[in-house]
Amino acid sequence: MMDTTPNLTLVVVIAVLTAGGVYLLLERSLSRIVLGIILLGNAVNLMILVAGGAAGSPPIVGLSDRPMSDPLAQAMILTAIVITLGLTAFLLAMSYRSWQLNRHDEVQDDVEDRRIARLAAQDHPSVSGADTDENMDLDSEAAETHDETDEGTEGRKEVRP
Amino acid sequence: MSWLVPLPVILPMLGAGLTLALYGRPRMQKAVSVTTLSAVLAVSATMLVIVSSGPLVAEVGDWPAPIGIVLVVDRLSALMLTVSATVTLCVLLYSQAQGDDKESAPVSIYHPTYLILTAGVSNAFISGDLFNIYVAFEVLLAASYVLLTLGGTRERIRAGSVYVVVAITSSLLFLIAIAAAYAATGTLNLAQMAGRLQEIDPGVRLVIAMLLMLAFGLKAAVFPLSFWLPDSYPTAPAAVTAVFAGLLTKVGVYAMIRTRALLFPDSGGLDDVLMWMALATMIVGILGAVAQDNIKRLLSFTLVSHIGYMVFGIALATSEAWGAAIYYVVHHITVQTALFLVTGLVERYGGSTSLTRLGGLAKAVPLVGILFFIPAMNLAGIPPFSGFVGKLGLIQAGALVGTPIAYVLIGGSVVTSLLTLYAMVKAWNKAFWQPAPRPLPARKVPAGMVMPAVALVVVSLGLTVAAGPLYEYTTRAAHDLAERDQYITAVFPDGVPDDGATDVARPAPASGPDLGQGVRP
Repeated sequence: MMDTTPNLTLVVVIAVLTAGGVYLLLERSLSRIVLGIILLGNAVNLMILVAGGAAGSPPIVGLSDRPMSDPLAQAMILTAIVITLGLTAFLLAMSYRSWQLNRHDEVQDDVEDRRIARLAAQDHPSVSGADTDENMDLDSEAAETHDETDEGTEGRKEVRP
Repeated sequence: MSWLVPLPVILPMLGAGLTLALYGRPRMQKAVSVTTLSAVLAVSATMLVIVSSGPLVAEVGDWPAPIGIVLVVDRLSALMLTVSATVTLCVLLYSQAQGDDKESAPVSIYHPTYLILTAGVSNAFISGDLFNIYVAFEVLLAASYVLLTLGGTRERIRAGSVYVVVAITSSLLFLIAIAAAYAATGTLNLAQMAGRLQEIDPGVRLVIAMLLMLAFGLKAAVFPLSFWLPDSYPTAPAAVTAVFAGLLTKVGVYAMIRTRALLFPDSGGLDDVLMWMALATMIVGILGAVAQDNIKRLLSFTLVSHIGYMVFGIALATSEAWGAAIYYVVHHITVQTALFLVTGLVERYGGSTSLTRLGGLAKAVPLVGILFFIPAMNLAGIPPFSGFVGKLGLIQAGALVGTPIAYVLIGGSVVTSLLTLYAMVKAWNKAFWQPAPRPLPARKVPAGMVMPAVALVVVSLGLTVAAGPLYEYTTRAAHDLAERDQYITAVFPDGVPDDGATDVARPAPASGPDLGQGVRP
């Protein structure tokens, strides 16, 4: 029976990386989301490493008498790293393109959300003006509107073309 | 005949390389792509016939089963391969005829990316290894990111950022599930996992099942994981939306049904959760569709809604229900793709897909009207179309199970069907029947775009004509799924490797000294 007790340090590192990754993933700016995905990806890689069991000698038959490490887990991690790398590159390119087009890289509002906000405004005239503008086309309204969680967006409105 | 098995993956991969080398020569690219996809269709159709005498198994690199990766084609896989090859071929021909339309004209990277997408979809359908399914998902998703953001316009970057982030999140969840499954069972070969998962603690098994269902549910757009779909699909070019709507969510559904049947024959209460999710998916999805005034968005919502039917079938977990669900998947792939292709024709002719701008199309372009009407009624489940057959099968299977929640789901599916009819008739009336508020641009619709749409509509009608044999086939496929033994024996003809002595997922246990690689509890 091999030792299946996970390494406590690795578990703590996984927990911290996951927590940080999830926090960043919930941000609005694509560049922070990229960082979040990198953290989460590394957390998952470590998780697969833990799943492979305790460390041992190099997985070459006949090299040593000690128990050998599980090479399959490492092969999977390698694959996952390559995939995460490619996707990170794509996301970075996308956030750069977003910056080129809009001078910011924020993920904008769901158009459906705006539609519902507009319907609510039509039903209750008192709500209008606060959050929705009848004369604006829905897509551009979604592009313009941000929630208030991110203080930094306020000053950026003038820069936008 | 097991050499046929890897071809649906290898051929598009080779084609992708070739089309990339032919960068800037659209005609050659087109010839290569069409040839490749036709060959894939032929191979898939051949396998559809062959697998009736048992699943085909190919060991990649000739490594024996639990050490290497296996590719398995059973009835379900062969059927999915054939349908997906048909659909991808039609959509490719359609996208090639779009011609000089700036917004949707295929660029040089279109062909390689499209072929990679096909390879990924095929790989997901035939893989017999959980990690290989993950890789297949990544292959098809990476291609889909590129296709969705073709051209990099403002609108597509916006839609793409939501889509990409959601897809990556679901992939990470899938990886976590894989890590958990590997830690618990020490293998990722589906056939071997099928046995070992039954021996581990039921609580751990439930966690693995839930993680997998979460990851696949996000891919398949099951409520409440479905909000990304209607926001991202409609902005892509018509052909791309069509193939996404037809295939990508169904890959998630396929993975759900495969893992549910093979790995978790005893779901441990997960089915009840899936039932409620199916109900919510149907109702919320179709209510979203009713509220839309743009055909593309409306269809995206019906897509979400009808995923609920398939999840309903999966969650009923009887052989009959799975048979009906598989039939429904086949029906829905063809019909949903056909509808999106026809919407592309409408957009070409009328310059918009907004129901407030369109009108009078039935008079102006009667053929497009017919092409829209048939799949629309099919989707709503009007007899004698295949949508009716599929829904009837699901409702019968639900009544056979007969639990209260099954009856609730039956009620929900009938209401959803009715509301689908309402949404479709609304679209039909506004876009085709009533006069247009303003004259439409009335651009010419190329025959090359119409023909693939006609072909798909004919295929969807063929599903009705051939409903008897096809339904029998899906029932047998579902029977194979429920039996499990056939799949496992096909992968391990000499019996599943004995657990304690030779944990063959690990390196060379027999030849080394004490490797310390016992099976985990």
